[in-house]
Amino acid sequence: MLKIDNLHVKLESEDKQILKGLSLEVPAGQVHAIMGPNGSGKSTLSYVLSGRDGYEVTEGSATLNGESLLDMEPEERAAAGLFLAFQYPVEIPGVGNMTFLRTAVNAQRKARGQEELSSGDFLKLVRAKAADLHISPDMLKRPVNVGFSGGEKKRNEILQMAMLEPRMCIMDETDSGLDVDAMRLVSDGVNALRSPDRSFLVITHYQRLLNHIQPDVVHIMANGRILKTGGPELALQVEEEGYGDLLAEAG
Amino acid sequence: MNATTDLDVREGVDRETVEAVQNMGSYKYGWDTEIEMDYAPKGLNEDIVRLISAKNNEPEWMTEWRLEAYRRWLTMTEPKWAMLNYPVIDYQDQYYYARPKSMAVKPKSLDEVDPKLLATYEKLGIPLKEQLILAGVETTEDGRADGRRVAVDAVFDSVSVGTTFKDELAKAGVIFCSISEAIREHPELVKKYLGSVVPQSDNYFATLNSAVFSDGSFVYIPKGVRCPMELSTYFRINAENTGQFERTLIIADKGSHVSYLEGCTAPKRDTHQLHAAVVEIVVLEDAEVKYSTVQNWYPGDEEGRGGIYNFVTKRADCREARAKVMWTQVETGSAITWKYPSCILRGDESQGEFYSIAIANNMQQADTGTKMIHLGRNTRSRIVSKGISAGRAQNTYRGLVTMHPRATNSRNYTQCDSLLIGDQCGAHTVPYIEVKNTSSRVEHEATTSKVDDDQLFYCRSRGMDEEEAVALVVNGFCREVLQALPMEFAMEAQALVAISLEGSVG
Repeated sequence: MLKIDNLHVKLESEDKQILKGLSLEVPAGQVHAIMGPNGSGKSTLSYVLSGRDGYEVTEGSATLNGESLLDMEPEERAAAGLFLAFQYPVEIPGVGNMTFLRTAVNAQRKARGQEELSSGDFLKLVRAKAADLHISPDMLKRPVNVGFSGGEKKRNEILQMAMLEPRMCIMDETDSGLDVDAMRLVSDGVNALRSPDRSFLVITHYQRLLNHIQPDVVHIMANGRILKTGGPELALQVEEEGYGDLLAEAG
Repeated sequence: MNATTDLDVREGVDRETVEAVQNMGSYKYGWDTEIEMDYAPKGLNEDIVRLISAKNNEPEWMTEWRLEAYRRWLTMTEPKWAMLNYPVIDYQDQYYYARPKSMAVKPKSLDEVDPKLLATYEKLGIPLKEQLILAGVETTEDGRADGRRVAVDAVFDSVSVGTTFKDELAKAGVIFCSISEAIREHPELVKKYLGSVVPQSDNYFATLNSAVFSDGSFVYIPKGVRCPMELSTYFRINAENTGQFERTLIIADKGSHVSYLEGCTAPKRDTHQLHAAVVEIVVLEDAEVKYSTVQNWYPGDEEGRGGIYNFVTKRADCREARAKVMWTQVETGSAITWKYPSCILRGDESQGEFYSIAIANNMQQADTGTKMIHLGRNTRSRIVSKGISAGRAQNTYRGLVTMHPRATNSRNYTQCDSLLIGDQCGAHTVPYIEVKNTSSRVEHEATTSKVDDDQLFYCRSRGMDEEEAVALVVNGFCREVLQALPMEFAMEAQALVAISLEGSVG
């Protein structure tokens, strides 16, 4: 599914290398977690994969089902099946949440040569999915993320994910700012989306989220590359011991 | 209307926008109609004024009225206070009258109108055949048709081509016809009200218009009548080097109600064309007028070649108590826009509202806003202005709110937001506020912001391309004004917002 090979990335604005030879492979149907201390480059990885401006890839590659992601516009990556759940979802004043969702869904359908959803079909779909995530009809009508609580914003990201049905989901610290109940709602939403042809890359600081969303593989990231890869037990180890020993071990 | 259907409308609207962005060229009304025209000789003098009057078979008093204006105009100078830069206009190098030859003998009904003209309007999406509009329109239980029925007065260069639904409107007592017809058929109304809101001597462009206006629309809604359908005028400039000077007069008698729509387009031409219109609205006791404009005159090309010079005077007089007027404008076209639809709140408790979206892209310049003149007690006004600048355009909001000594306990609220796309355009806000009593309150809020890269990236990461993303964000910015438009116009306007900004990013 997702294959990242020897990825080197620097900031466009200054001569600062953030990713320094990161390699990673997420096969179809798997959930991989990336954990790591602050400043290790986790969010940069998610932005570079989804095509945000401001980064320069100096070496390496990233492919989604064999297609090179790095040459594509952000919307082409989305149409190819990539989705990023933002750490800080963006507010868009005046644009109804429903309008936003429908524009996005139809843009992707169009890009894939599918027919657009009719208003009726779209409404039915969005209402059902919203109900699963305890998203009220009112929240669907309000402008995108404007005045949403932290938990509402994150649930809204998962709603978008559910509507867009991506093949590769990247979740950037989706657990930050969530209380226990919200975390359960979000996790349930994600777990419901797990399927043999969909993969997840879950970026998080804490093991806590991984109790709800069970990963197949855990990667520890530091200083722009993957230090260690293992099973779910690796996350537990980090939770107990912190990153100190792992970092020392890797030198 | 319940929440669900409301939502459906909004959804549909957005899809339209997206399709519009993808399917249309930058200015889709830029074609012209090849048709034989009668021109008055180039230039302006008393003979031309008399000729225009004669072409319209006007009575003597009207000719005199025009000449008075013309003589006045000769003593005036063009106003220069607006933040607009354009070469000196040679008023002698224009045609002041152009009429399709086939219109020399006025057709008695739409059936007699030159098919080429009808085809022009059809291509513009303006239905001039009543049966076409009637077909497929469902009638509600009380026999009223839904909002889709719109009566149209179509003005092609200097003349009104035809007006639809006249008979049905007449049954309700509503008069809707071209102004030249009104001058002949309803002189008592025209004499009483023409120039009573915008006097002949009002300003340079209005005075010029008073001398040479060729046609336009006339509306009279009798006492207590709610106009059974929306009325609209569609202005099309076709002929080259021809100024368009239309004059619209709307009278809403006591307790009446009307919603009026105005649309404008012109072919792409390399030369600038002058458009100087006057709209006068008289609103009597308890009457309400809603006037909506989608102005989409040809804006010129990326380098500022061609485009309409749009100098327009629009004013409503809430002459009696509790009169209410609402201006809504979407200004996307024209190379130069000079326009300040205003409200004179003369009657006690009268209300004026102004909702505006002004978009300037490429080399366009817009200096637009409103005047709220509070004269009566307990009067209210509200201004919501959304200015969007892109390319190398300059966009100025200029507004006056004045509370006269007698206008006690009056209120104004002004909200003025500017949005910048790119770093070569400009947005300016010039509010003038005069308060001459101690019990009135004036509030003014203004913001300037840039289209946010994070918002665009967020949209694009969900699959929208850059232009769709800009259209969505900008439509969100304009939402309050788009909501003030009648539904049909809102769809057109939303699409237009998207089209006007094509090429403004990336």
